[in-house]
This record gives sequence, C-alpha cells and structure tokens, in this order.
Amino acid sequence: MADSATVDRLLDRVYEYRKDLLKLCHRVGGLHIGGDLSCAEVMITLFQYALHVRPEDPNWEDRDRFVLSKGHCSAALYLSMAQRGYFDKQELFDTYKNGYETRFGNHPCKAALPCLDSSSGSLGHGLPIAVGMAAAARIDGKSHRVYCVMGDGEISEGSVWEAALAAAGFRLGNVVAVVDRNRMGLDGFTEEIMPLDPVEDKWRSFGWRVVTVDGHDLKQLVDAIDALPPAEDPTPTVIVANTVKGKGVSFMENNPIYHHIAIDEEQLRQALAEVDAAYRRQKGGRTA
Amino acid sequence: MKLYAPKEKVVASARKVWCEAFAQVAETDSRVVALTADLSRSTITEIFREKFPDRYFNVGVAEQNMVGMAAGLALSGKIPFCNTFAPFAAMRAGEQFRTDACYMHLNVRLVAGYAGISQPAGPTHSGLEDAGIIRGMPGSAVVSPSDLSMVKKIFEASLEYQGPMYLRFGLGKNEPYLYAEDYDFVIGKAIETRPGTDATIITHGMILQDALIAAEKLEEMGISTAVLDMHTLKPLDTEAVISAARRTGRVLTMERHSILNGLGSAVAETLMEAGVPCRFKRLGIPDLYPSYGDPARLADKYGFGIPAAVDTIAGWVRES
Repeated sequence: MADSATVDRLLDRVYEYRKDLLKLCHRVGGLHIGGDLSCAEVMITLFQYALHVRPEDPNWEDRDRFVLSKGHCSAALYLSMAQRGYFDKQELFDTYKNGYETRFGNHPCKAALPCLDSSSGSLGHGLPIAVGMAAAARIDGKSHRVYCVMGDGEISEGSVWEAALAAAGFRLGNVVAVVDRNRMGLDGFTEEIMPLDPVEDKWRSFGWRVVTVDGHDLKQLVDAIDALPPAEDPTPTVIVANTVKGKGVSFMENNPIYHHIAIDEEQLRQALAEVDAAYRRQKGGRTA
Repeated sequence: MKLYAPKEKVVASARKVWCEAFAQVAETDSRVVALTADLSRSTITEIFREKFPDRYFNVGVAEQNMVGMAAGLALSGKIPFCNTFAPFAAMRAGEQFRTDACYMHLNVRLVAGYAGISQPAGPTHSGLEDAGIIRGMPGSAVVSPSDLSMVKKIFEASLEYQGPMYLRFGLGKNEPYLYAEDYDFVIGKAIETRPGTDATIITHGMILQDALIAAEKLEEMGISTAVLDMHTLKPLDTEAVISAARRTGRVLTMERHSILNGLGSAVAETLMEAGVPCRFKRLGIPDLYPSYGDPARLADKYGFGIPAAVDTIAGWVRES
C-alpha cells in the first residue's frame, strides 16, 4: 500500500510539473498540452517512484528502460527527466523547439539527447521497441523492467497489437505498458473516431495482466507499481490509466482544441490559478 | 582476378549456403540475434534457430513488430538480423526501419529475400522497388551478395559495420560461385571483377553472373568489356563509377530491381554530377508489375537479360 509520505512527495512533483508545463506552453508557442496534462501523474509516478535509473550514468546497463510511445508529449518526458536530474530544466525552457541545435525537439530524438532510451514520435512504434528491449534483457539474464507509455488513440495502430502478441508469446513479464486512456485523439473522442472499448478485454485476450486505475490518483498508481510481478514473470502487464485530457485546467479538459495549442498570458494566469487551487485543496485534504 | 566460368559452380540449393554462413558467423559473436516473421524456412535462419534458440525470435506474420523489436534489441547492444521477403521488409516494415533503425542509426540488419524477379511467385512477393525505398533513408546501407562466396563476407563485415543495413538477397536457388580466389570485401568498395577497355557493365547482386556471360560474348565479338561488381548500392563507390566511365566511355548498369531509384539511378546521378560524358543505359525491371514465370525468361521478355546487355554495348561500339 502506498504510504502517505510517498504520495505527498509525488503530489508536490505533479504540482511543479503542471505549472512548468503551462509556463512552457505559453513560452514556446504551443505544446501537445492536453496529452501532457493527462499523463502527469503517470509520468511522475514512473520517474519519481518506479524507474530504477541513474541519471548520472544514463547508460547503466541494469537500468529500467523507458519508452514514451506517445512521442508528441515530449514536454511531459523532458520535464519528468529534468525533475529526475538528467538535465537542467532551464536549458529546456531556453531551448525547447528553439532553433536547429536544440536537444529538446518536438518529438524526442536520441541522437540529439543520448540519455533517452529511444527516439519516438510516429505512433505505434514504442511497444515493439520495448518488447525488443525486454527480449534483450531475457537473453542477458537481466531483471530490469521496460516501461512503455502509450496514448489511447495510438492503440488503433496494428503494430501495437503485433507487439502485444509478442510480449505475451515470448513470456515477457518484464514489460509494463501504460495506456493513457484520456479517451481523446487529435480529432475528438476515441469512441467517436474508432471505438476502443472495452480496452481491458482486448489486452486480457492478448494474454496480458490488466490493471485499471484512476490515472490521476497517485495512490492507485503507486499501488499498481508495487503490485507488479517480478520481471521474471511470464505475463506482461498493462496499466490502463483512466485520465482526462487537459486535466487540471477547466477550459482545456475534454476540449479537442487543446490537443496542441499555444496559450496567451491571460489563459496562463487562469490555468496556473486553477492548478494552484487544486493543489491547495489536495494538500489540505491530506493534512486534515 | 581469377574467376570461375559463370556457369561452372552453380549451387541449386544456394539458400543452404546462406544458412550455413549465417550460423557460422553467429557462432563467433554472441551479439547476433535472429528474428523472422514466419519465414525461417525461406530465409537465412534455418540452422541458426536450431543452434541458438535463445537468440531466435519468430514473431509470426508481423513484420512491423519484428523490425521494431530489432530496434529495441539493437538499443540493448545486440546485432539483430530480421528475415523476411523484400517487399515486406522494405514496405510493410519500411517505416520501422526508417524511423526506428535509421533515425537512431542502430545496428539493425534487414535481410530481404526474393529481391527482384528472382522467383516465380509474382509481384506480391518480389522486391521490385525495395532498394530504392531503403536507399532514400538517411544513414542506411544497401548491400547484396554477387556470388555465394560473398554471403559470408557480408555477414562478417556486418558485425563491424556501424549503422542500419539492408541486405538484399534473391531466392536462394541456382546461385553461383564466381570468385575463384579470395578477395578483400569492403562495404562501399566496388570490385573490378573483369578488366576491359571498350565498355563497363556495373552490376548489383547476383546478376553479376549475367554480366560476366555478356562480357564473354562481347569478347568473342572483339569488344573488351569491364565488369564492376557494385555489391554495395549505398554508400555507392562513386570513385569507381567515375573512373570506369572515364576509362571506357560506355556504362551499362544491370540490376534485378526497378530501373527507378536503384543502381542505374545512383550511377546516373553520380556521372551527371561529376560531368562525365559517356554512353549510358540502365538495364533492370521496367516500370511495371512483371508477369509470372521463369526469372531468366522474364529478364529477356522485359529487356534486361544477357542479350539486351550484349546488343546495347555492341550497338554503341558499332555506332562509334
């Protein structure tokens, strides 16, 4: 069970993440802000709790691997990694998407930023790569895990299900996939674009262990991580994280316009005020 | 260079030679991993899977996942060899090869069988345009064996080469040994298989055999024809191309690939940019979907077989 000190620590990190994200969105003239906000708690739980990594030695061979398959949410990845100590947040703010020499592109590029475990951007690519990393760990007798965060819209890609078959077929319980189930793609709601429900049944029928959580509930996320089987287990795990696109900012939540957009000064002010108020409520609720 | 006569040492079950060569090379390097998409018995992995089951992954008919997995394996220090047929390798998994393997410059090897009209299964299973597609991907290398002795040399060289490679194979039947003595094989360095002064035939892949037969026929007609074995389509040995064109003034390219975007295109680009004036023609699969049938007959039907090579060069010499 997640202890309250851990959840409290993660809550602070999520608060910082949301504020940074909104400031960055305003500063650089647009982010995939809706999806960056929906995966906030997932990313913080992974980078601040789950991942066994050494930011000072990013190629440590026993590290857990992380693949952000929904690569358009690069800001989510960069901010999570900056918090974990991989690089200075200021450099990110100064150079994100800025000029040809930046290490922080719109989609994560390993050639530019070698501490990444993989480049990403084209949807449906992350899980096959993660399965390959997990297969390599099996060959080498290693017991680290490979985490892969996907968007829900992207699981329409056939390659996701090819990899889902393979992870189960090759008995790769060292694979942990997270589906950021914010129920929206670029064009609107997933169930109106191409229905995905029942998502859990699909994964289960492919031979995966399925855990459903409220993807904004840190306690549930921490519990899901704690309950993972050992990496040697034959069954891969998918965490279906039910989330809200644009979570935490009322005018962004469930609004397709906020898939990728810039925000002006006034919007930033309002968004930060809402994030602030929510944080105070949560902290108050915890201490009461 | 000492050569066998082009038809002297043809091996009916050439694929067995590929499989043995691959298993031998894999024996020397534990980084080698093999993946296949339910085509183990038609590619290079048949012996490997028996000897190294822990390093063998049959993903089922799922080429995208195969190449994506290969990227993950390469990111973990392995040298994965993915096996399927050329059209599935270059097109079904083309984006994975481009965005996962090439963009990250990983040591993924895509072993593509059934390249060109080398088999009777028709256009669905033939690599007609595969090399052209892969050639356009930054950082890719495209290499084909020109005879059976080269298969092992390519596998050996691929263990040292840094970056993604597309290894283009044929059907694995009735392929020859042409080189009768040992030779240096360097990726990106063409081999002057046969010297000549009146014309040069540049080849990519096992069509080298046809070029050597054509050169012999031309020799009988008093025409001295050089044959340049361009086993590496990319990075192209531009120096060898330019030098051959300057020396002989007549260049014919031969390939079991569409005449678009393959060897002929690469050589033409090189010669135009170098400003080398010469007679020039591309022989290859025309811009169409070929019909079914015996590969040699189809080559004649579509005008890229031995008679076309002989007629083209003899015609050039007559005109001058």
